Amino acid sequence: MKSSFNRLADYVLAAGRPGEIVSVRFAAEQSDFVRFNRGKVRQPGSVDQRVATIRLVAHGRQAAAERTLSGSDAADFRGIDEVFVALRERLPLLPPDPQLHLAAGEAHTEYAEVPRLPPTEEMVANILDEAGAANVDLVGFLAAGAVWAGYASSLGQRHWFATASFNFEWCLYLSGNVAVKSSYAGAAWNPAVLHEKIVEGRAALSVLARPPKLLAPGSYRTWLTPAAHLELLQLANDWGGFSARAAKTSQSPLLNLWGGKQTLSPLLSISEDAVGGVAPRFDDEGWERPNAVPLVASGQPGSLLVSSRSALEYGLTPNGAAREEAAQSLAMGTGTLPAAGALAALGTGLWVGNLWYTNWSNRFIGRATGMTRFATFWVENGEVVAPVQAMRFDDSLFRIWGSELEALGAEAETMLSGSTYYRRSTDSFRLPGALLRSLALTL
Amino acid sequence: MPNLAARFRALLPDAEFASLRVMDERTETLTVRQDVLQPVRDVRDAGGMVTVHAGGGIGYAATADLSDDGLQQALARARAWAVATGSRFAFPTGSVAPASPAGTWRGGATRPWSTAPLKDRLDLLFDVCSRLRAENVVERTASLMQIETTSRYITATGEVEQSWVYLLPDASVVAAVGDRVQSRSLGGGRAAQGGMETLGDFADTPTELLADVQALLAADDCPSGAMDVVLAPDQMMLQIHESIGHPLELDRILGDERNYAGTSFVTQEMFGAFKYGSPLLNITFDPALAGEFASYGWDDAGTPAERVWIIRNGLLETPLGSALSQARAGISGTANARACSWNRPPIDRMANLNLEVGTTPFEAMIAGIERGVYLKTNRSWSIDDQRDKFQFGCEWGQLIEGGKLTKVVRNPNYRGRSKAFWQSLAHVGDAGTWGKFGTPYCGKGEPNQVVRVGHASPACHFTNVDVFGGE
Repeated sequence: MKSSFNRLADYVLAAGRPGEIVSVRFAAEQSDFVRFNRGKVRQPGSVDQRVATIRLVAHGRQAAAERTLSGSDAADFRGIDEVFVALRERLPLLPPDPQLHLAAGEAHTEYAEVPRLPPTEEMVANILDEAGAANVDLVGFLAAGAVWAGYASSLGQRHWFATASFNFEWCLYLSGNVAVKSSYAGAAWNPAVLHEKIVEGRAALSVLARPPKLLAPGSYRTWLTPAAHLELLQLANDWGGFSARAAKTSQSPLLNLWGGKQTLSPLLSISEDAVGGVAPRFDDEGWERPNAVPLVASGQPGSLLVSSRSALEYGLTPNGAAREEAAQSLAMGTGTLPAAGALAALGTGLWVGNLWYTNWSNRFIGRATGMTRFATFWVENGEVVAPVQAMRFDDSLFRIWGSELEALGAEAETMLSGSTYYRRSTDSFRLPGALLRSLALTL
Repeated sequence: MPNLAARFRALLPDAEFASLRVMDERTETLTVRQDVLQPVRDVRDAGGMVTVHAGGGIGYAATADLSDDGLQQALARARAWAVATGSRFAFPTGSVAPASPAGTWRGGATRPWSTAPLKDRLDLLFDVCSRLRAENVVERTASLMQIETTSRYITATGEVEQSWVYLLPDASVVAAVGDRVQSRSLGGGRAAQGGMETLGDFADTPTELLADVQALLAADDCPSGAMDVVLAPDQMMLQIHESIGHPLELDRILGDERNYAGTSFVTQEMFGAFKYGSPLLNITFDPALAGEFASYGWDDAGTPAERVWIIRNGLLETPLGSALSQARAGISGTANARACSWNRPPIDRMANLNLEVGTTPFEAMIAGIERGVYLKTNRSWSIDDQRDKFQFGCEWGQLIEGGKLTKVVRNPNYRGRSKAFWQSLAHVGDAGTWGKFGTPYCGKGEPNQVVRVGHASPACHFTNVDVFGGE
């Protein structure tokens, strides 16, 4: 695929004329997607897709076009010829772009992970065998295969990224809506790890078999597992919590942090950790992502994520953020509470395995809502007593990550994004669980 | 693409059934933000998906290479998946009778996008954006998205060709005073099939949006308590979508989505027997309503689309289940096997799901309410994985006191449970309160897909709803 990208890049750059800047962004994947239901295969398939975005810049104007590629140079290059004709017709009709800010100067990077995945059929067989042996109602989704990205511009940039990974997320259902969720993701498949996780999940089902406890609305001492905690971190990230543009336009859910009106717990540190992530280290305009951007440092505001456009609009220094200014490799610092001690530290309260469908009761002050989901338990004196039916929370991030944050887990869990909207995501997250003095439940 | 059907048929493998679904879609998005044109999105996405039934399984493979070699490789891959998993497939595929329809369906535009010069479209957006400028306004945007799609569904004996034209206008304004922030927008719900003729009063929207956002900045937080609620059609869109549409998707009921989108509080036994709402509740699946966002002639598995009663006089009748799900569940459903593009397989989705018009004029609806709140334009949505416990928020609230609309309130939210909420439906608005909306962003499925859905509804009145503010 790299040679295919290089031929494409050479062709696109050669098409530029004097006075023009041209660039090409490339994204491709060869993915196998397999759904499972009731321990069997529901929907297996494969997707081979490649996309190129051609950008033409002249006289301060820019025009771009995104096209699906077939993989055949002859057919694809004909399409690119047509794109250049259309872009050159369009460019004079567009106004100059005062926020146009492409990376310039010689810069070449390459990251290529050696594929270590077995054939997907083999992984599927492992999963079916494990589900059968455990005699469990398994429902889940396996995404596996290679992902590539590239960028080249006539300003001297050329970047290449290649990885191959799998992400298997599944639930074991006991009955009705009672289930435990697990995931296994990485670049190397190990059937023994899968076996261990299935056995672990099956064991958790024994607790879920107990009669559920119905909680009344109110405040509850709560342990959020890393998976549950992730939902809150993603909510903040997806809605501009760390975005310079959102902060400058008063729309960040952490606006009061950036405005100096509130701080978070000194236990809390969050960074965009490109080195620890698995995403490409360059964006759609060729800017390279720095090793790390400290977003929140011991509860105090750190740096915002600044895209090249925001940099020009607000007079800031860009720090490799894509246009959406959302982090791609979020990392939260750990605390001191070992996972093995979480139940004892919780004492009596709510142990939340997963949160679901989070959104805002009032985004502008960071007041969030969402549901508990899957394995969520009532705990008394450090012992799991009963599963809890799904409950709605409605609470402020400034309380959850502020006054109510008693401790963070000592171990961070790394989770790959399972998002496959449009294409497989390369976002990742690393964070610990969180012990809260209270969480407000409303329904 | 000439001879595609003939070339595909010449390559058919040893299989019980094979189909090719080809999509070619062009999208152009123009956005003006803070009086600056953002980089124009010009996307052409084209490719095909083959589906093969063989050896007891069903496999698919998607490719953008529609040459003979590309199709052959995709067919081989799809067949290999079917055969490899056939002995361990989730349901007996022999009970599934794939469709081989023939025909064409075209959604048209009276004033196609291409007839409006680029300059005119940009001028419109610059004008809307600039007229949203005012004191305390911190962000202003105006946008137009235009989509042209063609689709072909080819089998050994049949072929369907369909084409659509969509237009999605939007505008938004955010204003702030200190840490008090309010927004008003068109809610992203004005999506429709058609051309520039669907814009309606888009050019005039800044006046109302600006007046609204200034009123919200000066308003009190929404009061809390149990009270009556009147939902405008642009919030009914969300209410129907989340608490009727998703729970009635048959693949959720069959458990396919339990790992991601979730299940449903509705079970198969409830169809024909369950009182979903008050007798005023009438819901139809209507893929033929002219201009609605998700109209089509056939679904992506070749089933001809037709209007179906989903809930009639409050009684649950029919699930949103495609032919495949119907065969698995043994109950009738709808033509709703839909895929977001060539690279995703069809699954059970909503299309146009509408609440039928009632008889109550808006003024009479308000006049009958002693204490309540009128809510417009969704800004927050959250519901549990069984589609039962929900919480929704709106941009705009206005109190109803003594039968009259009175003062504006900011940050209105309400929450409830689906069955109790729909059973509290007290009045359904007449045709004068009706609105037709659509959104391109309904997410579901593994791999994930966003599809276009349409929802038309009159304003509706619900009693005894848990309402609260945001502060």
